Amino acid sequence: MIAQHFPILQVVLPLMAAPLMVLLRRGAPAWLLAVIVSWTGLFISLSLLAQVADGSVISYAIGSWPPPWGIEYRIDRVNAFVLVLVSLIAAVVVIYSRASVAAELPAHQHYLFYSLFALCLAGLLGIAATGDAFNLFVFLEISSLSSYALIALGRDRRALMASYQYLIMGTIGATFYIIGVGLLYLMTGTLNMADMAQRLAGVTEVRAVLAALAFITVGICLKLALFPLHLWLPNAYAYAPSAVTAFLAATATKVSVYVLLRFYYSIYGESAIFYALPMGQILLLLSLAAMFIASAIAIIQSDLKRLFAYSSVAQIGYITLGISFDSVTGLTGGIVHLFNHALTKGALFMLLGCFALRLGRIRFDNIGGIARVMPFTSFGIVLGGLSLIGAPGTAGFISKWYLVLAALESGQWWIALAIMLSSLLAVVYVWRFVEAAYFREPDAKTAQLKEAPLEMLVPALLMIAACFYFGLDTTLTVDGAARAAQTLLQGIR
Amino acid sequence: MKDYLVLRVIFKLLIPFIILFAIYVLFHGDFGPGGGFQAGVIAAAAIIFYAIIFGLPDARTVVPDRLAEAMIAAGVLLYAGVGVAGLLLGGNYLDYFVLARDPVHGEERGIFWVEAGVFITVSGVMLKIFYMFASRGQDVEDA
Repeated sequence: MIAQHFPILQVVLPLMAAPLMVLLRRGAPAWLLAVIVSWTGLFISLSLLAQVADGSVISYAIGSWPPPWGIEYRIDRVNAFVLVLVSLIAAVVVIYSRASVAAELPAHQHYLFYSLFALCLAGLLGIAATGDAFNLFVFLEISSLSSYALIALGRDRRALMASYQYLIMGTIGATFYIIGVGLLYLMTGTLNMADMAQRLAGVTEVRAVLAALAFITVGICLKLALFPLHLWLPNAYAYAPSAVTAFLAATATKVSVYVLLRFYYSIYGESAIFYALPMGQILLLLSLAAMFIASAIAIIQSDLKRLFAYSSVAQIGYITLGISFDSVTGLTGGIVHLFNHALTKGALFMLLGCFALRLGRIRFDNIGGIARVMPFTSFGIVLGGLSLIGAPGTAGFISKWYLVLAALESGQWWIALAIMLSSLLAVVYVWRFVEAAYFREPDAKTAQLKEAPLEMLVPALLMIAACFYFGLDTTLTVDGAARAAQTLLQGIR
Repeated sequence: MKDYLVLRVIFKLLIPFIILFAIYVLFHGDFGPGGGFQAGVIAAAAIIFYAIIFGLPDARTVVPDRLAEAMIAAGVLLYAGVGVAGLLLGGNYLDYFVLARDPVHGEERGIFWVEAGVFITVSGVMLKIFYMFASRGQDVEDA
């Protein structure tokens, strides 16, 4: 009986946990509550994924108001996949966060951290679960506002500035999104996504609908940090507390990609986006720019967190590249990369958090020879870097393989070449780490450092192991993504 | 402001009416203009008014920071709790119709508790914002 309420419980459990943690006012019980909620959420999302695996759609009417009048939560193969991703990352990061938060934040802020974390989780899950365009905006704001506060908790004073920058950009993004939704509401008289899709069929060339598309595209691309709109991301990731960076890097931008997919394929329909408009070419161009320019900027960074933040911008380029092909293979590649990159980057930022625990800021000039004193962390980063490059046997290889296949399928062999060339740029920045950590002599200060505690190391290395597991066994990732891609290409019914 | 006898006396006369008006706005929200948000702001305004007349430390003894923070959380919890109550009574989340035997009555009951949750959170947030701005530079702990 309780299973029928899973779509709402997925979102409501962390949403209710957040105020409870504020009432508890203590870090330790708040952490325990966060663990319980995250792991229950993982269980719920897996069970939802199993329920929709056969292509069925779960519709849940909030307040028993039938859709399209009431708010509908609509779970299909696409968002069930995203729900699993977000709850999986949250479940791992929350275990990791205890030691990291204890070291990086003053004790009286701990319960607030977990409360904001739960709120952010609720927002991200809500974005993925809801079938209502305005409800999506509400959850977008919940997750954004809590992430601004989470970033501002960073030790460095520049965290405040980074958070403020993100606040301005994120608010512009959310405003653009809501202007777009307002225009769509004006034209269709509905906020329910499925209903909207039906009413839009055939009138997508009306100017107001096109303006809505433009607003929504720019708004969401700001949130997902597509190349020229990525400026908030490097600072936000670099100065946020380590656990926050790991969580946001792995989830926030990925959920925004899902929103873009939802609007492009389920609401507007692929013919409106890719045949009547040059969206495919625009996305392709911006993705290629992201892959090359952001990777090139990553290479010249001296701060490791910023380096991997720019690498995130580049990797988002691969995801949008997959979307731009507008084929099953391309979308599969994009969605698989969404999952694989979330795992890889989550793991990498968690390992960087292990360094941050011992070093504070992680710069190339203070990690010389660190592999001798922190061998597991360093080796983990090398392995994660391999997945980032896309070495065979890693998760990153699988997604790039599908992207290359999609490029060849569409007859654009030069894109396949571009994918490989940009991977070479990833080799360069990962090698910079290897060179610093393995081939330099540790100085006196570095030599005294100890390996990170197990409760941080184990979750991070498990994620790294998952990168390799999903590089060999692709039943969950590729099959799930392929099914999601098929569902998207069929449009909403 | 401690010397202004007229202000202090008039204010002491006013405060019960401000609170009463807040509660009136809260209860009347189902039938006319008003509701939890407006009521919460009015109730918080009474305390803020008190802080302006008698000073921040006195206001903080009436409504301590901890209480304001607890109110912020408790209101949200109450709102979400109404949703869960609907779920436990056999409906969907936020289903008001199952909250009483008569669906219309249940709807009214549900809306009232939701509004009460909004009331508590909004007045807590208003107070907390006021405290934070008013105490800037005074106590470091709060920064």
